[in-house]
Amino acid sequence: MAVARFWRNQDQRYNLMGSECEICGRKFFPDKTMCPVCHRKSIGKMKSFRFSGNGTIESYTMVHVGMPQFKSQVPYILAYIALDEGDHVLGQLVDCDISKVSIGMKVEMVFRKISQEGKSGTIQYGYKFRLSG
Amino acid sequence: MGKLLRDVAIMGIGQTRFGEMWDLSFRILGIQAGMKAIKDANIESKLIDSLYIGNMSSGLFMDQEHISSMIIEEVGLTEAHVPATRVEAADASGALALRQAIFEIASGQSNVIVVGGAEKMTDVTSDVASDFIMAGADKAWEGLFGASLPSLFALMARKHMHDFGTTREQIASVAVKNHANGARNPFAQFQKEIDLDTVLNAPKIAEPLGVFDCFPVSDGAAALILADIDTAKEYCSEPIRITGSGQGSDTLSITNRSEITMFGSTIKASKQAYDMAGVSPSDIDVAEVHDSYTIAEIIAIEDLGFFPKGEGGRAVFEGETSLEGSIPVNTSGGLKARGHPFGATGIAQINEIVLQLRNKASGRQVKDARIGLAQNMGGTGGTSIVHILEVD
Amino acid sequence: MYVPRYRISPSDIGKVWGKDGEAMGRSLNIKAKSVPGPDEDTITISVMAARRALSRVNLSPSSIGAIFVGSESHPYAVKPTATIVAEAIGAAPHLTAADLEFACKAGTAGLQSALGLTEAPDENIPVKCALAIGADTAQGAPGNALEYSASAGGAAFLVGRENVIGEIDHTLSYTTDTPDFWRREGMKYPSHAERFTGKPAYFKHVMECAKRLMENTQTSPSDYDHVIFHQPNGKFPLAVAKRLGFNKEQVQTGLMTPIIGNTYSASMMIGLAAVFDIARPGDNILAVSYGSGAGSDAFKITVTDVIESYEKGRAPLVRDIVNEGSFIDYSTYLKFREKIKMEGE
Repeated sequence: MAVARFWRNQDQRYNLMGSECEICGRKFFPDKTMCPVCHRKSIGKMKSFRFSGNGTIESYTMVHVGMPQFKSQVPYILAYIALDEGDHVLGQLVDCDISKVSIGMKVEMVFRKISQEGKSGTIQYGYKFRLSG
Repeated sequence: MGKLLRDVAIMGIGQTRFGEMWDLSFRILGIQAGMKAIKDANIESKLIDSLYIGNMSSGLFMDQEHISSMIIEEVGLTEAHVPATRVEAADASGALALRQAIFEIASGQSNVIVVGGAEKMTDVTSDVASDFIMAGADKAWEGLFGASLPSLFALMARKHMHDFGTTREQIASVAVKNHANGARNPFAQFQKEIDLDTVLNAPKIAEPLGVFDCFPVSDGAAALILADIDTAKEYCSEPIRITGSGQGSDTLSITNRSEITMFGSTIKASKQAYDMAGVSPSDIDVAEVHDSYTIAEIIAIEDLGFFPKGEGGRAVFEGETSLEGSIPVNTSGGLKARGHPFGATGIAQINEIVLQLRNKASGRQVKDARIGLAQNMGGTGGTSIVHILEVD
Repeated sequence: MYVPRYRISPSDIGKVWGKDGEAMGRSLNIKAKSVPGPDEDTITISVMAARRALSRVNLSPSSIGAIFVGSESHPYAVKPTATIVAEAIGAAPHLTAADLEFACKAGTAGLQSALGLTEAPDENIPVKCALAIGADTAQGAPGNALEYSASAGGAAFLVGRENVIGEIDHTLSYTTDTPDFWRREGMKYPSHAERFTGKPAYFKHVMECAKRLMENTQTSPSDYDHVIFHQPNGKFPLAVAKRLGFNKEQVQTGLMTPIIGNTYSASMMIGLAAVFDIARPGDNILAVSYGSGAGSDAFKITVTDVIESYEKGRAPLVRDIVNEGSFIDYSTYLKFREKIKMEGE
């Protein structure tokens, strides 16, 4: 059971909590202890930054065969999203037909069940996306 | 910096057939490949100073770690307590094991090292294998959210098609070429040619990729005997030198990169290898690249400098990388047709280049092959390793 | 509020069980019911409703001092929905939270608790505002009459003392031990006592509660611009309205069940949200919930001037949400509602 491991990432999964480097202003998701550009200068200077969940689709695919935990959900759309404030995130695109999806469309975050540790284990909630506007 | 203190060369090679080897355990696969390599090198086991084994996930697939000890025991070298090291970098484990062995010899620590790569992936059901394979990418930020390894490459494929106009047919032609080559390789998992329609109409995995765009689940092992050049010349009539070695890293998750239509790790690794060998992409006569997915081969031949960015799809489709082309790629059948036991692939790629440079790749020999290259990648490019080999 | 976008029609349900589904729909006055997707549950619905409520006010989530979630389909039997909502809206950790159960009136029970905590300013119980949520992903046993109506949805109300869009002038309840509808621990589907759920249950409690509130406030049906009742189907609220002396126009805006089914703990609250979407300053609202087991909570609400500056446009309106539906067939419905036994189960 990975209870603690999943719990540690709750703020990131629920609220898209990442980091902003106070030196260069770059924003990262998930959060980082050190900026990959500023290196040592950024230690202790990474502050929490909450992404809005708004972004643009840079690529997407319809998954037909996946891992066992997702068997009952196939086919589903997986999108590679450029978040408005910077950095990228991977997430399922819900509530839409694949025929309506194209690179460049805008998306917003929704709160959904991501996975569960079987019928008796904990449920992991977090971000998915849907077309906005 | 960037130079080896001693030259190294390969004395012998061996591999098992790749595929669903129900009767053969991991130990047996390992020993079979190892013994073939030792026989091919025509040396006594007692000459071996050290052993390296590349393996991604014995823990997940077999519930067993510390396989360095398991394999050296199987090879019969524990009486002399020969040092054994297991190396891991997802499906680049084989090439990484070779790279560590190169440094051990080049530094003067050892003279002869047996380098192997092995993986047994068919003892679990395919959906479980799919889950374990994702451990080579980012389980927490990609896997948890529904990304399987093929879906990550599918995202790259769609972006490549969007940015460069690469077509579905061009991508599929990689599989056609590799199956045609695999049909001439007695060690390949699949030895049957397929046509473009078969690839295009295959069941979908993650659009636009289908079954034939993806590597199969395989068991297998491959090994080689590496030595310093003087020892190699003593025992071997045609040692094959490793003149270049390079390695690059990148983020575990594709979300933390600036581009998903190229692998920065491959570009870095190939530059290092070309610099060390003192050659350029146009000098390469034959190459084995990491076609875990068809799109990965297209991106690889661009990253390695064989073709300009965005031209990879067209090049494959027009036959430039076929056996008769300007730069034959994956004459062995590649990961697609030869099979892809994760830890073994890196070594199997080197072995194919050795065969080509020795002029012994019957049925698929590239004429006058003198300089070869092998590129082995881990996961979605978190690690990429390039080696350049030359006839002595 | 939030309602999942999938819908199923009564006729598609009836077809499978050899019943005239359309006729069933007519008798219940239900044209469609909402179905949650496989990745939705009472927790995800509660979070979406809460986030939408918060988006309409300029309030820091850390000023929320209490969160109550009422439901009969909490995903965990033990581990509150309310704490997950708290983290997901940024209200944690300085607040109290709890889940409530009282069949379909768990949400309004939460509303009363929220009222109690925020009513009088007291530095020893420093709760400035509280969130009351009613949400459910109700299940009806396959082939059972409840299958035509049991649906999914959630509504969230922010209760406080400042900048209120509606004043809760009066609230009272009517509670008895009446076993009209229940579910034993461990059972997947509820049971009900058929026609017993009508007169001695729904009608008695709603009417007694409404009558007493009107007596206490010296009001009569004609004083109200809108009335919202708990809506287990599209017929009961119209019938009880008539018996109490309300007319159809007063009930119309808050009547959602005909298009989304019975959202259980969200039922009356979604209706109330629909009224707030069109309400004007000075409007009088009577809202009466009902929960089996049994009880009713009634609220008299006066809409304030603040409604004119209320940023309701920052989140989708009720009518837009309920009308955005995508129909699925019965087999997809079974798959989504996990009524099919999978391997290893």
